[in-house]
Amino acid sequence: MDNLIALLVAAPLLGAAVLLCGGRRLDKTGHWLGTLLAGLSFVIGAVLFADMVGKGAEDRALHQRLFSWVPVEGFQADIAFQLDQLSMTFVLLITGVGTLIHVYSIGYMEHDERRRRFFGYLNLFLAAMLLLVLADNYLLLYFGWEGVGLASYLLIGFWQHKPSAATAAKKAFLVNRVGDMGLSIAIMLMFTTFGTFAFGPVLSSTGESSEGMMTAIGLMLLLAACGKSAQVPLQSWLGDAMEGPTPVSALIHAATMVTAGVYLIVRSADIFNAAPDAQLAVTVVGAVTLLFGAIVGCAKDDIKKALAGSTMSQIGYMILAAGLGPIGYAFAIMHLVTHGFFKAGLFLGAGSVMHGMNDEVDMRKYGGLRKYMPVTFVTFGLGYLAIIGFPGLSGFFSKDKIIEAAFAKGGTEGWILGGVALLGAAITAYYMTRVMLLTFFGEKRWQPAPDPDKAPGVEPGIEVHPGEMPHPHESPRSMTIPMILLAVGSVGAGAFFGIGDRFVKWLEPVTKFEHGHPPIGAAAITSATVAVMVIGVTVAYLQYGRRPVPVVAPRGSLLTRAARRDLLQDDFNHIVLVRGGEHLTRSLVYVDHTLVDGVVNGTAASVGGLSGRLRKLQNGYARSYAVSMFGGTAVLIAATLLMRAV
Amino acid sequence: MNPVNYLYLAALLFTIGAAGVLIRRNAIVVFMCVELMLNACNLAFVAFSRMHGNLDGQIIAFFTMVVAAAEVVVGLAIIVSLFRSRHSASVDDASLMKL
Amino acid sequence: MSADLATATLAAYSTSSGEAVQFWVLGTVAVIGALCTVLMKKAVHSALCLAGTMIVLAVFYLANGAYFLGIVQIVVYTGAIMMLFLFVVMLVGVTAADSLKETIKGQRWWAAVCGLGFGVLLVAGIGQAALTEFNGLGAANAAHGGNVEGIAALIFTKYVFAFEITGALLITAAVGAMVLTHRERTEKARTQRELAEQRVREGTHVPPLPAPGVYARHNAVDIAGLLPDGTPAELTVMQTLRKRGQIRDVSAEALADLKALEQSSEERLGRDRDEEEATR
Repeated sequence: MDNLIALLVAAPLLGAAVLLCGGRRLDKTGHWLGTLLAGLSFVIGAVLFADMVGKGAEDRALHQRLFSWVPVEGFQADIAFQLDQLSMTFVLLITGVGTLIHVYSIGYMEHDERRRRFFGYLNLFLAAMLLLVLADNYLLLYFGWEGVGLASYLLIGFWQHKPSAATAAKKAFLVNRVGDMGLSIAIMLMFTTFGTFAFGPVLSSTGESSEGMMTAIGLMLLLAACGKSAQVPLQSWLGDAMEGPTPVSALIHAATMVTAGVYLIVRSADIFNAAPDAQLAVTVVGAVTLLFGAIVGCAKDDIKKALAGSTMSQIGYMILAAGLGPIGYAFAIMHLVTHGFFKAGLFLGAGSVMHGMNDEVDMRKYGGLRKYMPVTFVTFGLGYLAIIGFPGLSGFFSKDKIIEAAFAKGGTEGWILGGVALLGAAITAYYMTRVMLLTFFGEKRWQPAPDPDKAPGVEPGIEVHPGEMPHPHESPRSMTIPMILLAVGSVGAGAFFGIGDRFVKWLEPVTKFEHGHPPIGAAAITSATVAVMVIGVTVAYLQYGRRPVPVVAPRGSLLTRAARRDLLQDDFNHIVLVRGGEHLTRSLVYVDHTLVDGVVNGTAASVGGLSGRLRKLQNGYARSYAVSMFGGTAVLIAATLLMRAV
Repeated sequence: MNPVNYLYLAALLFTIGAAGVLIRRNAIVVFMCVELMLNACNLAFVAFSRMHGNLDGQIIAFFTMVVAAAEVVVGLAIIVSLFRSRHSASVDDASLMKL
Repeated sequence: MSADLATATLAAYSTSSGEAVQFWVLGTVAVIGALCTVLMKKAVHSALCLAGTMIVLAVFYLANGAYFLGIVQIVVYTGAIMMLFLFVVMLVGVTAADSLKETIKGQRWWAAVCGLGFGVLLVAGIGQAALTEFNGLGAANAAHGGNVEGIAALIFTKYVFAFEITGALLITAAVGAMVLTHRERTEKARTQRELAEQRVREGTHVPPLPAPGVYARHNAVDIAGLLPDGTPAELTVMQTLRKRGQIRDVSAEALADLKALEQSSEERLGRDRDEEEATR
């Protein structure tokens, strides 16, 4: 069984290699190959899972060492895989959702002439992501980490002829570099502290080092997680990443890649357990981001960007839970999985809506679509119910547990974190209801298709005739079936995992679960959660369900306008980082030009001037040289006479 | 008369020859000035020979003459070939060894 | 014994008054000759002045008891080396006068400073040296029966290595001079027939080049022949002179002559006319 692990990674990697190198002859069949290999990977994962379930809880972790990667004395890195319960969860999520999205993309990208390349990138992403979660040491994890970053970059910029997509890809890549730097520094610190970066030795010897070092490593890991998971302060790239094709947004920027930060923190649980300050930082980042993303999600009219804000917010929940320590790790992962289902479903639904609406993304120009797209409506609606935490659906189980765990943190911190989480739940209900109402309810606010020349944001491949009214229609079966399957997951996963703490027990050998004890009863918290959800839904209904929605967004309050601009994140980055950097470089250039160049050029000029004068002595005339000789002889005679006189 | 006067004469001739080397541009004249300097030295050697009462000074002068003869042969050959290629016997024209 | 006495006199601290007169007269001549060598504009004159100085020096050698060197100075130096100089001067161009104007900035000034300083230092050095003893050559010359024998004895015993090496030096110098002045012909010289055939083949100047000069007054080789319109044809002058720019152009002279002739005849005719009018 151990030997199957490498195949998990190898299958999509092979697909990527074949599709990207295979050339045009694979244009017709390439997408089937990519989907097949993704499915194969899922089947292997399922087989391994079945095998794992059949074993005792403590024997479940598998290990496979392929070869020595960097065999330098004192610096040993292996290509080796570790498949424990945590990795298994991710493998199933990645390959499962990944396969569904492959299937969905077959229909979604049908008219795109570069579909083969798209599937190559998707397979590349799957391989890198699996490498990330299967690695048994931090260096290999870093390899996968960079690999998903690359795949994300390629896929965000898939329509690179659009300047906005190219810019978004670059932005995502650059912001991710900041986080990657944190991860590499963390790995270096680990190496200097422990002399290795394999999970086993590092995580089992965290107690041997100082707490300060653990805090440093933890903060660097948190920086890495912030970059990859779009947490404050490195959140700015996720909204723009929606420039990518919608399946990419669903797979990479909702279900899997952006949760890599959560994985990293949970995987490094022992380090964080040994560093309470770093843990506190994690919870603060999570709490801030969950509000930040939720507020941004409320203001966006672009359906994908609203969902992106939601993703940011939900990952904030996970990070918050991961920062709570052993009482939260399992819930973080559980929310991650359920979120993977319903958010992927929501994105696919959004893609389906856009597909039917000539790629219009402005929700104010939707309305009343439930009659035209029944399947999309139902699946999207189930995802919606799941994310707002409707009792019985998956989001309810996972989010409720996180809120409980936040309260269970204890003390003032617990109250603040729990309050923030509750507030977030209310806002979640508000913005998701807004999305739902704007899209599927109310009267039709459809607009003629924009002129593609004037609106370069239109996805290519789909025939758009300028001025034509959209004809909403249900998407093809290859798109609806994945949506249905994900909707089933959104509905059932929470109950399956949550009832009887099944998921917690499953992860227990990895995350060392501790039961949290909230200061108020669990039932009270659950009722509060449901109550705030109802409040959120009601407010949204009053605002968007009862009143007609203007097609052009009203100016809105100061907060709304700020939220539309992503709470000024880009302005902040521009002013603080870009301007600051510019001023710094300018002053450095000034110093370079005046001081450094002055010294260097001055030296050169003085030497050159001196040489220029000395050069005149070398005029080429033999007679001049003769004068020198003659003068020299005279001086010698004078010296001789002088010596004799003395 | 003090025979040391021969030495003063030799010094004077040597200096005149040296000045000629420095002033004249015609390679042949420069060469002649060099010969003048050699002759001045020879005079000094002969005078020294007389002073010390042995013939070694004359031997040196004799060798100087032999060497001067060889030098003149080669030097004049150089001047001739220089003149052939440059149509000039000026030492200033052969001033390529400069920056 | 009287010869010994004479040499002893030579060895005395001061010399005879005859030698003193000879020194002052010939010394002046030598210095003037040296100065003329340096200052004469023409290389020939310089060479002649130098030869004069060398002869004076030969006399001084004889006066100093170096009989062999004195003769060698005249025969080898003045006779052979200076003649070689004259040969080269002739080869390079006897008429070319050098300009004594200095072209290198500061050269003359530096030369004056160095020369004066050097002369003063030499004189000071000689004056300072302890030259009180003056042995004379009498004993040395007499040791082997004469000056020539004495020198020969030294050359072939004490200085025999140096002597042999100077022999090698002279041979090297002779070979070197030949190498320097000799130019190898890299291709066979073309015969007149081949040249004529080439001319015909190329079609340019099939007949021989025109002869220089067309008037009897000016058929010298450096004067261009005239074309029918009176302009000089440079082709008629040999290439070497053309390259050196030594073509003399006398066409203007001839025209000027003609003009002068016309003018004088005009004047005469005019005078005749005036006279006629006057008589009338």
